[in-house]
Amino acid sequence: MKHKGIGRGIEIWVGVFVLGGLAALAMLAMQVSDAGGGGGATFRVHADFSNVGGLNEKAPVMVGGVRIGRVGEISINKENYRAVVGMDINAGYDNLPIDTSASILTAGLLGAQYVGLQPGAEEFYLQHGDRVAITQSAIQLESLISQFMFSQGKSKPSESP
Amino acid sequence: MKPLAALGRWVLAALARLGAAVLFLLRALGGSVRVLPRFSLVLEQLYCLGVLTMLITVVSGLFVGMVLGLQGYYQLVNFSAESSLGLVVALFLVRELGPVLSALLFAGRAGSALTGEIGLMKATEQLSAMEMMAVDPIVRIIGPRLLAGVLAMPLLAAMFSAVGVLGGYLIGHGQFGVDAGVYWSSMQNGVELFADVLNGIIKSVVFGFVITWVALFEGYHATPTSEGVSRATTRTVVTSSLAILGGDYILTALMFGGW
Repeated sequence: MKHKGIGRGIEIWVGVFVLGGLAALAMLAMQVSDAGGGGGATFRVHADFSNVGGLNEKAPVMVGGVRIGRVGEISINKENYRAVVGMDINAGYDNLPIDTSASILTAGLLGAQYVGLQPGAEEFYLQHGDRVAITQSAIQLESLISQFMFSQGKSKPSESP
Repeated sequence: MKPLAALGRWVLAALARLGAAVLFLLRALGGSVRVLPRFSLVLEQLYCLGVLTMLITVVSGLFVGMVLGLQGYYQLVNFSAESSLGLVVALFLVRELGPVLSALLFAGRAGSALTGEIGLMKATEQLSAMEMMAVDPIVRIIGPRLLAGVLAMPLLAAMFSAVGVLGGYLIGHGQFGVDAGVYWSSMQNGVELFADVLNGIIKSVVFGFVITWVALFEGYHATPTSEGVSRATTRTVVTSSLAILGGDYILTALMFGGW
């Protein structure tokens, strides 16, 4: 169909322009931000920690080194002052046993922190809103070092006499 | 008393101009709705505003991405963190440089042309002639240009970012040998579809709207002389560039400040 006053070349070029723009958008969505892996339905599981260290929201939640979700929320329980980490697990991984344990680990020596899940053996599975009972808090390098130095300082005098 | 009066006159004039701009915007919005049945007019403007700006946008995006790749690598390699190069390049482009730089280019390339065109139409009394023939210039001239500007800007910004990311890859992988898989995967881990990409697109829609609004208003209200048109064109570029940079600060504070 031909419009009044518009050349065919212009129409083709506008088509090229719009297609190019949409292709760029699609590339930004798929290739740059990985919407294919990040989107989709999730369910929320909570875990209490006495210390979350440097854990951030959006930090990965991993099982055996494979990312199955993200940390969605970090807050504090007003009653017992423990940190509550809400994890958004991809809905595909709905068969995590109910006695799964959670620990806060560090990727490499100084890398970003993430939540590692260690699946248990129960036959009941974690549902939306459930709580992970067994947790291990982040290892704090500072306290580790101070502990080490403290024990060194104490052991020295006992050995010297 | 005299400087006081001058200040008051200046403020009143500025306010009057702002009011005129808002009233003009309302009419232009009405015009862009009423022009929808004749979409070929919008297509024509998409060609003038979008297609003709595409080349400069893509070329600039490529070079900006390559510069980001160079500078990012030189800094990151000090911390042996060059594996994050992809993330740095992509976040810079998607969040800030893509929308802002393509908007500045759009203001310079398309906004000034719009003001010049409409100002000249006014100076040569084409707009009055249209009104004489019972053709509403707001619908026939302003409406399609506003629509086309708002539609073209996000597409241009997306092209800018996408080509920039490729440019960064070219330098990072081709020149410095950053691993291709690491480049893309650090990007995919760190860039969020909604928080980063979508907010960048929203920014560019806002910029497109503001640039086209300013350009059309300045053209439509230009003094109908050759000097007036040239002044209006200058004002378009200055005003819309300032609006882009100032608006970008506000939008960034709103979007990424954690609301």
